[in-house]
Amino acid sequence: MGNKENYVIEMLNITKEFPGIKANDNVTLQLKKGEIHALLGENGAGKSTLMSVLFGLYQPEEGTIKKDGKVIKINSPNDANALNIGMVHQHFKLVECFTVLDNIILGVEPNKLGFLQKDEARKKVMKLSEKYKLKIDPDALISDISVGMQQRVEILKMLYRDNDILIFDEPTAVLTPQEIDELMNIMRDFTKEGKSIIFITHKLNEIMAVADRCTVLRKGKGIGTVEIKNTTKEELSKMMVGRNVKFTVDKKDIIPGKVIFKVNNLTVPSKVHKNNAVKNVSFEVRKGEIVCIAGIDGNGQTELVSALTGLQKVSGGTIEFLGHDITKAKIRNRSKLGMSHIPEDRHKHGLILDYTLEENLILQRYWEPEFEKAGFIKKKEVRRYAEKLIKEYDIRSGEGPVSIVRGMSGGNQQKAIVAREIDKDPELLVAVQPTRGLDVGAIEYIHEQLVEQRDKGKAVLLISLELDEVMNLSDRILVIYEGEIVGELNPKKTTLSELGLYMAGANRNKSKEADKNENK
Amino acid sequence: MTIEMLGDILGSTIIFAIPLMLVALGGMFSERSGVINIALEGIMIIGALIGCLVLRTFNLSGFGPAHPIIAMLITIGISALAGAVFSLLLAFAAINLKADQTIGGTALNMLAPAFAVVLSWAIQGQGNTVINIPTWIRMTESTFGLAEGTGFWHNLIFKSLYLTTPIALVILLISIIILYKTKFGLRLRACGEHPQAAASVGINVYKMRYAGVIISGILGGIGGMAYTIAAGAGFQSSVAGYGFLALAVMIFGNWKPVSIFFASMFFAFFKILGNYSGSLSFLPQFENIKDSNYIYLMIPYIVTLIVLVLTSKKSAAPKAEGIPYDKGQR
Amino acid sequence: MKINKKAIFSISASLVSILVGLILGLILLFVFDSSRALVGFEALIGTGISTAEKFAKVLYQAAPLILTGLSVAFAFKTGLFNIGASGQYTIGAFCALFAATVLGTPWYISLLLAMIGGALWGILPGLFKAHFNVNEVITCIMLNWTGLFLVNLLIRNIPQMIQNYWAGSITNRTVKLALVEKFYGVQTTIPKAGLDTLFGGSSYMNISIFIAIAVSIIVYVVLNKTTFGYEIKACGYNKNASTYAGINAKKNIVLSMVIAGGIAGLAGGIYFLSGTAEYVIEKSLLAMGFNGIPVALLAASNPIGVIFSSLFISYIQVGGEALQRYQFSSEIINIIISAIIYLSAFSFLIRLFIEKIFSKKHREEEIKIEKEQKGGAK
Repeated sequence: MGNKENYVIEMLNITKEFPGIKANDNVTLQLKKGEIHALLGENGAGKSTLMSVLFGLYQPEEGTIKKDGKVIKINSPNDANALNIGMVHQHFKLVECFTVLDNIILGVEPNKLGFLQKDEARKKVMKLSEKYKLKIDPDALISDISVGMQQRVEILKMLYRDNDILIFDEPTAVLTPQEIDELMNIMRDFTKEGKSIIFITHKLNEIMAVADRCTVLRKGKGIGTVEIKNTTKEELSKMMVGRNVKFTVDKKDIIPGKVIFKVNNLTVPSKVHKNNAVKNVSFEVRKGEIVCIAGIDGNGQTELVSALTGLQKVSGGTIEFLGHDITKAKIRNRSKLGMSHIPEDRHKHGLILDYTLEENLILQRYWEPEFEKAGFIKKKEVRRYAEKLIKEYDIRSGEGPVSIVRGMSGGNQQKAIVAREIDKDPELLVAVQPTRGLDVGAIEYIHEQLVEQRDKGKAVLLISLELDEVMNLSDRILVIYEGEIVGELNPKKTTLSELGLYMAGANRNKSKEADKNENK
Repeated sequence: MTIEMLGDILGSTIIFAIPLMLVALGGMFSERSGVINIALEGIMIIGALIGCLVLRTFNLSGFGPAHPIIAMLITIGISALAGAVFSLLLAFAAINLKADQTIGGTALNMLAPAFAVVLSWAIQGQGNTVINIPTWIRMTESTFGLAEGTGFWHNLIFKSLYLTTPIALVILLISIIILYKTKFGLRLRACGEHPQAAASVGINVYKMRYAGVIISGILGGIGGMAYTIAAGAGFQSSVAGYGFLALAVMIFGNWKPVSIFFASMFFAFFKILGNYSGSLSFLPQFENIKDSNYIYLMIPYIVTLIVLVLTSKKSAAPKAEGIPYDKGQR
Repeated sequence: MKINKKAIFSISASLVSILVGLILGLILLFVFDSSRALVGFEALIGTGISTAEKFAKVLYQAAPLILTGLSVAFAFKTGLFNIGASGQYTIGAFCALFAATVLGTPWYISLLLAMIGGALWGILPGLFKAHFNVNEVITCIMLNWTGLFLVNLLIRNIPQMIQNYWAGSITNRTVKLALVEKFYGVQTTIPKAGLDTLFGGSSYMNISIFIAIAVSIIVYVVLNKTTFGYEIKACGYNKNASTYAGINAKKNIVLSMVIAGGIAGLAGGIYFLSGTAEYVIEKSLLAMGFNGIPVALLAASNPIGVIFSSLFISYIQVGGEALQRYQFSSEIINIIISAIIYLSAFSFLIRLFIEKIFSKKHREEEIKIEKEQKGGAK
């Protein structure tokens, strides 16, 4: 830090707290003029918080921001714009029913007395488009163009505003490999002109390919900044994931039983873009094993789970459960057959927040004779059952069974879901990020519960983004990357960094070759 | 049917289409900014109430008969202002307090007629709820220095010509230009479609939504006045559901000004057809049915229902309408 | 005990709305005629219990209000805004009157038909919402007017329903049911069960208020004690979670609108089968259906609360009629009611705010508990 480097942006010792957590804890990021600076970290490591601070959406509690060596204050996105800081958001901020041109000029419209001067804008946009080989059709509607072109529109938005500090938030998540290559070239072109780029990602290959330096965040803390030419993928992976495995779970060795859940060539369309989110996925789950689907967020896990549990229709392939074809079965019927589902988003799917705890605990079973008679809910039975679960699973709340769930802590909300889904005595438990956002105690507890299910001879399908969780809990690991299963690993024989490489797509071709060899 | 009668029918259609179009355009501006405005009915009533009271004053003072066009211009201006002020109640609830927009609108629809009755009584004395409209507001050939005519053109243009009609047509043109050709229009539409995107490029969504609602108040107020003039029986604290019909016109016109113009002509035509159905031999006569005009009155609503279903998959309704915008949310 | 606290928040929020509405009314009275404002206000808030007959009228108007209020409240529980209660009410009124005057059916059959009519009018917005995702508010508004015009058209073309068919020359009102009753020899009106003599011979008094209260209790039981109510409310609170739990959200949306429509239809039946009301062919929507909205909002959609809020609305309406004696327009009542609706739109917010403060306290308590728990574990 001591040397007088030519930094365009310096974020020094930034601390940003939210109730309960420090999203950024004394983080420093210094951007040199004309470099591509990668910001690497797992989901929830604090990358977007840091960028939101730079973009004026949040004010940090501590720390200073400097531009060209001068301390500045960024109170709103407008301030950021004025400082020539531009951002391509992970979820594009484009008006679907507007043309490309309208989206680019929105907010900085060239006008005479309020009347739009689009010809002027068009000339400038087309010039930029040619110069940077960002092919677009200015008159096409956003809703009609590909995601790749939408991204080019977002990039042109920044160029049109003459921004020279460009933030790309997970820009490759939605692109095809060819489009990614193109984007990399464009980014290099920008730096040749003296523009500086912050590139948020968790894909190691891309960092190695394009970045000059990389700052790594983990759990809100800055782990360090390294020169890419002096580092390796393995080292970056280590920095991102962290070495210290915090808790180990005691697991007996058991031999898995017969296959009860079988997925064949499953293909699921995406709700966000036009491509398929899940492509031709096949796997099996046996009794008495925990199979983990590991992968970086947004690689098709959500759609895969939605299809398996019946929340979303599939466009191809079959799902078999206990010998039944449940590809088109209703959610209720899957549940009756013995499938339980701990959903990814406990507020959106898992709980009815304005219902009481006891009402939530019977959400999957209220229609069973145990709780229903002639259309009436047996309140006494519900209360008795709720009290049993509360005691067995140690669910804490202000008023016991009649607490409104909205007022309960996240950990106890999740415990309620786990209790409800496990107490159904399912044959297959689908658990999606069951420990997301929880503290150590709750994580441990939920891990124990999952292992207990397995030890009882049940099948568990775990979908997780947490590498520790994947390594500790699972008997088999399937790595999902861009909607495909790119590898199957044995947690006992693999290493964290190997898993990390698979998750980042680095070993994609290798595994395909391995498949081919096996088939031979 | 004679050519005179055709002129009559078309002329009457225009005079009833004008308020529908104005109010539907108002609704369009509000919804394009992201606020559902079901308070149009109430806004019309307030605009008509205040406008008619102003006319009454001009009439009593003698200024109106002496300078009809100036008096009418001022009246329309005040109607617009009244509608705008009333619409602020909706804007405040919907934008600042993030209240349910339909409930807020319902309250205003109930408030307006009650307020109108109470105020009419207070001004005109007990039980006098009808505010009469003076006759001098009508424009004839003589207004333009022409000789009194007859026949098709007279019936089409001069039989019931009021200043509201040319003003409405000018407003239609201005609306098209504002919505599609100005910076303001582009930003307004962005706020109704994707307020987060608008905010990310530095647009003040709250301000734009206020603008949308206030424009709907202005046009709703003028539309209320235009309706009361068209209905011809004075102001009776009601606009007979034209605010809701305008909502249907707006949907039928797919939130686009030119389509709204045609939709309002279509809806008004059915109303007029009901009145003339007895003397138009080519129409189904429903000879054994009394008050068959109710059939014609129902048709626009039924057509709208069908259109709603058919276009539900590709409706041009602003995507973010009805959803309160919260700065904190990203 | 804390659950009652929630109810207290709701009730106090409603009371604040009422109070502000009444104060606004008082201010208006002062603005228009300060010399008579106080006597007028006294009439407004005192008339309802001044005589047995006036009180009978309060109950008489409260009965259909309870039902339209329930209709709106029931739909709210599924997350739907049934602004179409007015149209369903009108169709219900027509079906009941048609049954009584043309078919000569006894009152309970007529009421049943009214319910069916209202339910049919409610099923459309439900279907449109569930299967085409068309906003129910827009559909309901269209159907309100379609219903009104349809009923006007039908009544004009069914001679037996109109007064002049039976006696006199009036052509825009339906016949007095007393005449019909004699003709068919069937009890077409809702029985009085001796209540009229109890209320000083008031012709307004019949058992309709008890029917309405009974329906409130049934709705309360359905919503709170049955699996169907559990599903309906689940859909209203969180459609995604309901789907996750295997509840058919589409089916519940349609069913909920059918039931809401049926209850509103029953309201129309009950009012027009009283024997004292005649349907007048008019060009404006019937206010009774719209007044269900403030009733439901004031009661925070609680079916038992609806009984009290409609009694209140009916009470000030009776008071409003008395205002005319002091040269004030009775429409002042509607200003008060609309102020109450307007405020209700934020009383949700106020309530939410109060609840948030309390749930925050809960959370703090819980964090404390958890900390202790962890401390113990270590």
